[in-house]
Amino acid sequence: MAFISSGYNPDKPMEDRITDIGPRHFTDFLPPVIKNNMGKWLWHEILEPGLLVHKAESGDEVYTVRAGTPRLMSVETIREICEIADKYCDGYVRFTTRNNVEFLLDSQDKATELKKYLNGVKHPGGSYKFPVGGTGAGLTNIVHTQGWIHCHTPATDASGTVKVVMDELFEEFQQMRLPAQLRISMACCLNMCGAVHCSDIAILGYHRKPPMIDDEFIDDLCELPLAVAACPTGAIRPKKKTVKSEKDGSEKEVKSVEIKRERCMFCGNCYTMCPSLPLADQEGDGLVIMAGGKISNRISEPKFSKVVVAFVPNEPPRWPTLAKTMRQIVEAYAKDAKKYERVGDWADRIGWERFFEKCDLEFTHHLIDDFRDPAYYTWRQTTNFKF
Amino acid sequence: MAKHETPLVDQLESGPWPSFVDEIKRESEARHKNPNNVELQIPEDVCDDLLGVLELSFKDGTTHWKHGGIVGVFGYGGGVIGRYCDQPEMFPGVAHFHTLRVNQPSGKYYTSDYLRKLCDLWEFRGSGLTNMHGATGDIVFLGTRTEQLEEIFYELTHNLNQDLGGSGSNLRTPATCLGESRCEWACYDTQELCYQLTMEFQDELHRPAFPYKFKFKFDGCPNGCVASIARSDMAFIGTWRDEIRIDQEAVAGYVGGELKPNGGAHADGDWGPFDIQKEVIDLCPTKCMWMEDGKLKINDKECTRCMHCINVMPRALRIGNDRGLSILCGAKAPILDGAQMASLLVPFMKVEEPYDNVKEVIEGVWDWWMEEGKNRERLGELMKRQGFQKLLEATGIEPDPRHVQEPRHNPYIFWKEDEVPGGWDRDIQEFRKHHQR
Repeated sequence: MAFISSGYNPDKPMEDRITDIGPRHFTDFLPPVIKNNMGKWLWHEILEPGLLVHKAESGDEVYTVRAGTPRLMSVETIREICEIADKYCDGYVRFTTRNNVEFLLDSQDKATELKKYLNGVKHPGGSYKFPVGGTGAGLTNIVHTQGWIHCHTPATDASGTVKVVMDELFEEFQQMRLPAQLRISMACCLNMCGAVHCSDIAILGYHRKPPMIDDEFIDDLCELPLAVAACPTGAIRPKKKTVKSEKDGSEKEVKSVEIKRERCMFCGNCYTMCPSLPLADQEGDGLVIMAGGKISNRISEPKFSKVVVAFVPNEPPRWPTLAKTMRQIVEAYAKDAKKYERVGDWADRIGWERFFEKCDLEFTHHLIDDFRDPAYYTWRQTTNFKF
Repeated sequence: MAKHETPLVDQLESGPWPSFVDEIKRESEARHKNPNNVELQIPEDVCDDLLGVLELSFKDGTTHWKHGGIVGVFGYGGGVIGRYCDQPEMFPGVAHFHTLRVNQPSGKYYTSDYLRKLCDLWEFRGSGLTNMHGATGDIVFLGTRTEQLEEIFYELTHNLNQDLGGSGSNLRTPATCLGESRCEWACYDTQELCYQLTMEFQDELHRPAFPYKFKFKFDGCPNGCVASIARSDMAFIGTWRDEIRIDQEAVAGYVGGELKPNGGAHADGDWGPFDIQKEVIDLCPTKCMWMEDGKLKINDKECTRCMHCINVMPRALRIGNDRGLSILCGAKAPILDGAQMASLLVPFMKVEEPYDNVKEVIEGVWDWWMEEGKNRERLGELMKRQGFQKLLEATGIEPDPRHVQEPRHNPYIFWKEDEVPGGWDRDIQEFRKHHQR
């Protein structure tokens, strides 16, 4: 494979350079029915799982077929999506915020036909390529992060855990039997590129062992004051140490740090600032499950997710404990919540003591907040509780 | 014959949900077959080695990607995430595996023609693997080598009229819901505002000059489909300040069971016939609705626009006509000092080009944050550290009861000297004339 130049001249990087042009304007890509009815939509209805109709003031209708994707997609699959878009939708297609793909059509018959087609296409391994669903009072796609596919700080894999949970709860994606919409999100470390802290159920990768210290190299690779300042609990202090050289065995004095391990909350912020403080560990790392968050202002205010399971071990490839626990929570919610109640609204109504009972989850000391001021506001300051 | 044995990873080909493993294998196969004789610019076996790395992680429970290196394109400080494998001898195909963020169009609409061009470019100069889309909203090109970065940028800008997105301590790629393009609840043109502000602040997006990352997100209504209230330093959420429009005939249609409640969203549950009292009126958080002579009445003055009644009866109830947006500030994920929800700064603002009123608030917020924010301190953390009053001062916005859930619980007010008659300079000798020691 010979190197082929795009036209870029490395000796003159500014020659013909185009910068700061931003994204393409969205009107370059809108189907005519969308362009013609911008801001003039009257109402919508979910005709069946994964199939919506939107009606415009003009009388125009647009039918949408929504299908799940694994987010990590090959250009081969995107080309296949393009072929479908060409065949059914005059070459237009869109994606949703939650990694679903949407095909927009002008008739219900065509939409039904496309739905049938999409539900029939499978990967060689047997999984659906484009399962239709993700609408209404059901489970939609899980938004997630990179995990072991591409990230340097994860405490678990993202694509793998998401695949496992979506396999376990697959039927909820293709039906609408839940009390309200169920939003599950996954982030593979506390940095939460996916910001999962306001989801009905959140899966979060977490470390449980304090960082190791690469004493011999830390001063070369890191700004020690930044590493020290990175710790939210002040557990890291500068320290001169004597180390044996990895190369020749000679002893030398180095500038390094020491860590008060009992103060570590395993957030990994030090590692973000300094690669010589790795936390990752096969037994230490795993998952936290959080529940009861939401973003919508509907009926009740937006809420944070709460930690309901302090630790689930990493069990690749199929993370059985995670899958089972997710199923338990979803089943309890489906059975007990009232119509329109999100997971958090349900827990608030029945009380968290009931939530743990109904979900058959153990309540341990890890679940009582002891991190700074907000902790106090989560303790029970009333005699109103349930037996 | 696969390059690496990957029995653990292979198990994720089973099960109904679309398999990302199949995606990687599909691209691997396409690269080996290469029917169009594309002159692949990075190793043909990049996908095979990615599967190999992942198998290793599945075995030893840890990641094999190093801390990012500083790579990028000339003149930009963001848009490229450097990534190197920590086992490059075992997996040379992914020794470099850098990501590019490509700024997605508002609402994520595409033509197949444009998508194919992206695919051709990424097959030619990268791994052929993407995320559609990354968590912040970008089109993510997953994995290429350093020497390809400028080439990809050149082709994107010259041939596709397309720029990179943000990364690092800059304005991150703004994201929006699909807004007026296909939603009857959009209270302003989220797509256009997202685009215009992205263009206005290209410099802030490409050249990191902030204390830390900064996110804009645009939600057309309080349902919040892009999660702006939880995920953005500045959330622009559509709202209205007049009356909900009522079609009483359609209300009767819902009551009579001719129309499906909640837009058909509960079709597979056994919820019994629709009961407007139980499902709408009793669930209204402000109790501002009632039925009178078979007609639905709303005391709009008391409505807080939570969207529930509109969501349940989309054919009967529509958002008001006097529309605009609210601005909320300071949301973030937990790192470091705990998660924060956005706090209301601007209750209502009209949205009209050229959006000077919106830009003025942004400039005020940024001036304050860039002056006072510490390294890696998000806006929300600065708000906590210095107080909401400082944000009001920075933006010249008058305090309003809407800014608080409830007033403060303590009287520890930081009075300013000019708020107290006579100021703070006093004479102790004069005081002692009337008060013995």
